[in-house]
Amino acid sequence: MASGYDRALSVFSPDGHVFQVEYAGEAVKRGTCAVGVKGTDVVVLGCEKRSAMKLQDTRITPSKIQLLDNHVALAFAGLNADARILVDKARLEAQSHRLSVEDPVTIDYITKYVAGVQQRYTQAGGVRPFGISTLIVGFDNGGKVPRLYQTEPSGIYSAWKANAIGRSSKTVREFLERNYKEDMDREATIRLAIKSLLEVVQTGAKNIEIALMAPGASIETLPTEEIEGYVKEIEQEKQEEAAKKKTGRTPGTGTAAILTRSQDDSAAE
Amino acid sequence: MLGRRHSESGTGAWGQVFPARAPNGSLLDCWTFKQAHHRPRPQQDDNSSTSTTPTATTTRTIAKMEVLLGITGKDFTIIAASKAAMRGATILKTSDDKTRSLNKHTLMAFSGEAGDTVQFAEYIQRNAQLYSMRNESDLSPSALAHFVRGELATSLRSRKPYNVNLLMGGVDPITGKPSLYWLDYLASLADVPYAAHGYAQYYCLSILDKHHHPDITLGQGIKLLNMCTDELKRRLPIDFKGMVVKAVKADGIIDIEFDDDKIVKSA
Repeated sequence: MASGYDRALSVFSPDGHVFQVEYAGEAVKRGTCAVGVKGTDVVVLGCEKRSAMKLQDTRITPSKIQLLDNHVALAFAGLNADARILVDKARLEAQSHRLSVEDPVTIDYITKYVAGVQQRYTQAGGVRPFGISTLIVGFDNGGKVPRLYQTEPSGIYSAWKANAIGRSSKTVREFLERNYKEDMDREATIRLAIKSLLEVVQTGAKNIEIALMAPGASIETLPTEEIEGYVKEIEQEKQEEAAKKKTGRTPGTGTAAILTRSQDDSAAE
Repeated sequence: MLGRRHSESGTGAWGQVFPARAPNGSLLDCWTFKQAHHRPRPQQDDNSSTSTTPTATTTRTIAKMEVLLGITGKDFTIIAASKAAMRGATILKTSDDKTRSLNKHTLMAFSGEAGDTVQFAEYIQRNAQLYSMRNESDLSPSALAHFVRGELATSLRSRKPYNVNLLMGGVDPITGKPSLYWLDYLASLADVPYAAHGYAQYYCLSILDKHHHPDITLGQGIKLLNMCTDELKRRLPIDFKGMVVKAVKADGIIDIEFDDDKIVKSA
């Protein structure tokens, strides 16, 4: 790797890579997981929370889900400190947009802006890329259609029905691909978000954070007790399913495959 | 603060919201912005040191005709503003709202030179909102009043100052204490129990001096406001087309129905 092509940001390697941007992608993979799921009239953000240390004051430790404006929320995976700067720029733009054109930003607009800032930091000298991916959710002013976008350190942005970023995001995304249904109501959407997070969060409810947005309403963060309720339900369901499988299984039919960690997991240490 | 944009180098990232964007929609850094949007100075003769052009004089008279009233009480602050939008001798609109809410419990009413007023008020509004978004908590009415005073003081010493007079009413969300601030374009700031701007001062302050009490209820406050508007209808040479009335309480800002059609007999 010490070929010199990963020194300056604005330099291509001979085979067309910009290494610093790819390293930023690695920083994202090391960040805690975040998921976003769209329902018919709701959009849910879920985050894996780092467990707090004994003497830490959790009340004033900032969350990974933040508001850009009253109607737009952002969740990120990657370097917390980088996110703060990016979120601040987005908030400034949101108000600046209101000041100049009266209307609040559309989700599409603010996503493009965030991705635009991220792209700028891949092509300018003397800077490094943002080590974060973001999920941006919300409803446009007066709209009833939920929006969910992802941005990456390179400045790529894309729209999703459900998606995950950060540690083990591949596992979670695959889970979402298997379990996503059209026309989910509020309950179902929250359940899917939590269930997908439980694929990678072992410690359960106390390490999960859920926020949801509905048309015209401000952000709503679920209290821990409520998340605990969902987690218990899901866990019970899983056990029942496992029990069913056990009784239904005849000797000799079980696979003897050795379970290996997926590639994604190993990359995320 | 909203207004000064970060430079590309990444330093000074804590910006302010800007009053406008470039014609091509691009985002400009601080310097470019200031140069591109400096309002041209009106051509004037050498002898006039201040901008006392005929237009300035008329706008000043009109500004004084606009009515702004503020009354605090036990747990509320009433802010009232006349509904007429005037230009010269003409009334352009009779449903003008000369107020902007800065956050859940601070309201600002403004009068002065057309254009300046809304521009300045919305600039302040967006900066107040930006503060709320960044810090997940609102600025107190007092903090906002002092911020606005600072902005007016800066503006006053610029090439073309904002000609805006303000009343800012609010209720502290924690202590529930109501407050009212009187500000003018010379960046004076006064914390007062009741206030008025323009010619309305001459008629209303005496009434308020006599009848106001810090412990009045909202109902009594509205009664007091009615006494003021009655007197204004009696004495002001023009029809100010009624009032927009709002009250700030601990749980937010509420619109108050106000009878504008009441006919007052002249004394």
